[in-house]
Amino acid sequence: MAKKITIEPVTRVEGHGKVTLHFDDRGKLIQSRFHVVEFRGFERFVQGRPYWEAPVLVQRLCGICPVSHHLAAAKAMDLVVGADPDSLPPTAEKMRRLMHYGQMLQSHALHFFHLVSPDLLFGVDADPAVRNIVGVALKHKDLAVRGVLLRKFGQEVILATAGKKIHGTGAVPGGINKNLSPQERDSFLKSPAPLNADTMIDWAQGALDFFKSYHKKNKAFIDGFAEFPSNHLSLVRKDGALDFYHGVLRAVDANGHKILDDIDYRDYLRHIAEEVRTWSYMKFPYLKSLGKDKGWYRVGPLARLNTCDFIPSPRAQKEFEEFRAYTSGKPNSMSLHSHWARLVELLHAAEVIKELLLDPDLQGTVLTYRGRKSGEGIGLIEAPRGTLFHHYRVDANDLIAMANLIVSTTNNNEPMNRAVHWVAQNVLSEKPQITEGMLNQVEVAIRAYDPCLSCATHALGAMPLEVSIVDPRGLVLDCRRR
Amino acid sequence: MTEIKFTIDGKACTARPGQTIVEAAKANGVYIPVLCRYEGLKPAGSCRICTVRVGGRPVAACTQPVAEGMVVENATPELEDMRRAVVEMLFVEGNHLCPSCEKSGNCELQALAYRFRMLAPRFPFQWPLRATDGSLPKIIMEHNRCIQCLRCVRSIRTEDGKGIFAAQERAGRMRIGVDPELAARLDDETARKAMDICPVGAILRKEVGFAVPIGRRKFDRAPIGSEIESK
Repeated sequence: MAKKITIEPVTRVEGHGKVTLHFDDRGKLIQSRFHVVEFRGFERFVQGRPYWEAPVLVQRLCGICPVSHHLAAAKAMDLVVGADPDSLPPTAEKMRRLMHYGQMLQSHALHFFHLVSPDLLFGVDADPAVRNIVGVALKHKDLAVRGVLLRKFGQEVILATAGKKIHGTGAVPGGINKNLSPQERDSFLKSPAPLNADTMIDWAQGALDFFKSYHKKNKAFIDGFAEFPSNHLSLVRKDGALDFYHGVLRAVDANGHKILDDIDYRDYLRHIAEEVRTWSYMKFPYLKSLGKDKGWYRVGPLARLNTCDFIPSPRAQKEFEEFRAYTSGKPNSMSLHSHWARLVELLHAAEVIKELLLDPDLQGTVLTYRGRKSGEGIGLIEAPRGTLFHHYRVDANDLIAMANLIVSTTNNNEPMNRAVHWVAQNVLSEKPQITEGMLNQVEVAIRAYDPCLSCATHALGAMPLEVSIVDPRGLVLDCRRR
Repeated sequence: MTEIKFTIDGKACTARPGQTIVEAAKANGVYIPVLCRYEGLKPAGSCRICTVRVGGRPVAACTQPVAEGMVVENATPELEDMRRAVVEMLFVEGNHLCPSCEKSGNCELQALAYRFRMLAPRFPFQWPLRATDGSLPKIIMEHNRCIQCLRCVRSIRTEDGKGIFAAQERAGRMRIGVDPELAARLDDETARKAMDICPVGAILRKEVGFAVPIGRRKFDRAPIGSEIESK
């Protein structure tokens, strides 16, 4: 009898999603889909609001990386008040960077330690009662403590720059509303271990070493799981360096050939379009030059390390060289190598935080700049999960008339669907019995992309897991919850 | 000058002749919450958040002068609950979305909600449909947040004494209107005064939102009323 399996909701990701898998009479996969089932509509209700409210309002999309939305909106509104990136005061630019790299540290730590490490430490088919962050805390206390404190340090950096750990108000159109006091700076640099920048760098290196040693012992799984070629897209600094805050758009294909390079992101609409499919609230973006079928791309840590030429901090650069050497300099298309790339970025974020803290510009007093106003602003940023687009039009009364957000997870929609398909095809198809561990592998594939489904459809929530097996008439034959 | 003796919740207090209960309470280190009252303006007695009991009868403390031997009940559980109810009614009657409001931290209504530990209002939200008016050059009229205290109507005037704000319509449809010609000539200082005098985020100066960081806003430093109670 033909079967339909539904994994709903998907766990250990942010937001509500579900997976449906259709099998024929012999248990052979017919179709797999990763749906995002929530809808919020921020793009609509930001309309009619004063433009300076956007950075504070739109960040409410998310509780994990609100700083990304806060800064992307602020960057867009910089252009509305006539402050192009070159005219932003150094204090403002560097405070925003500090905020953003603090966020990168906390979000990447959260993803690796809290969401992913249970799969690695206990195995993808371990008992779900153990395979979670509480299990990690009980069995691997040191690792759990490091995860929690790395995240705490990042959150403290956000507090000092944005005014609150979650949903602050630091970035305003044309700049920032505070500088970093010498006391705040010293608390990050000189506090007794572990909560200082040097320890964070060492711990980030430790997390990376842990992953690399796991990789060595589990090469076949880490390399082969959900491996498929794709294009990759990210911002890079003008000189090709990895940069999370600002840069130009670059896209490379599976062989490393540049599809887009040195593109001013304000022209994104000339290069990127979004396709709507009826079964998901999440759109499917693609590169116009390659069309809907071939133009999809990955974003996020893996894509960023595939597009950039180098990393501008010494320890992360050394790790980057090793990462690139593993695929002989070609783009890396192994889904689980996202974790490797994410930890290289964790190390880079920790190094940049220290470098910024030592910069006296953070104590500057010129915080904003305003030039000639315009009715449109576009702000891009590399969020922890990938490239984030914010685009607004503002009317003559200073109220927002149009908003378009393409969030990181939306950019990864097709890759996540491909990853789910890979698992359905290679792990589940034509198997006599489908176990919980096998279904968890579907989620392992999705989790590698660190999706934030709330942001993607602009929704929020936590999720248990429900799996149901349904016959072609829609009759539920089996249902399991956890 | 004759000194008037009276009590608030049993505390012996003194007042000068003509002082209202709110003024005298303040001078004696007792906080009575106010919203429509503003220092220097003739009291209106419209919001009723300052309601106290005198001789068992509820009165507006911002308009009632103190009399010799007066026994005022102020911070009783019943009156505190009534005040919380007033705050709740003001919240449900408009669209008060603190998370994205630039007046957050400087808003008297929000500060009172914290003081009275309002968690969720007991009344159903009305979700009125009100437009936000950005057509004036210096200010935005955010009618969603207006609590109709009339502080702007009573205080903001041109140099030659003409009122810029006025109450329009009545009852549920009442809203604060603006003289478009006078408002078009509003200078920065008057715009600043109008925003400051508004207890909520209904009058906003354009383009300066969120300039004060969290931690340095008025009620970040000290909760509402504490400046009087700490005396």
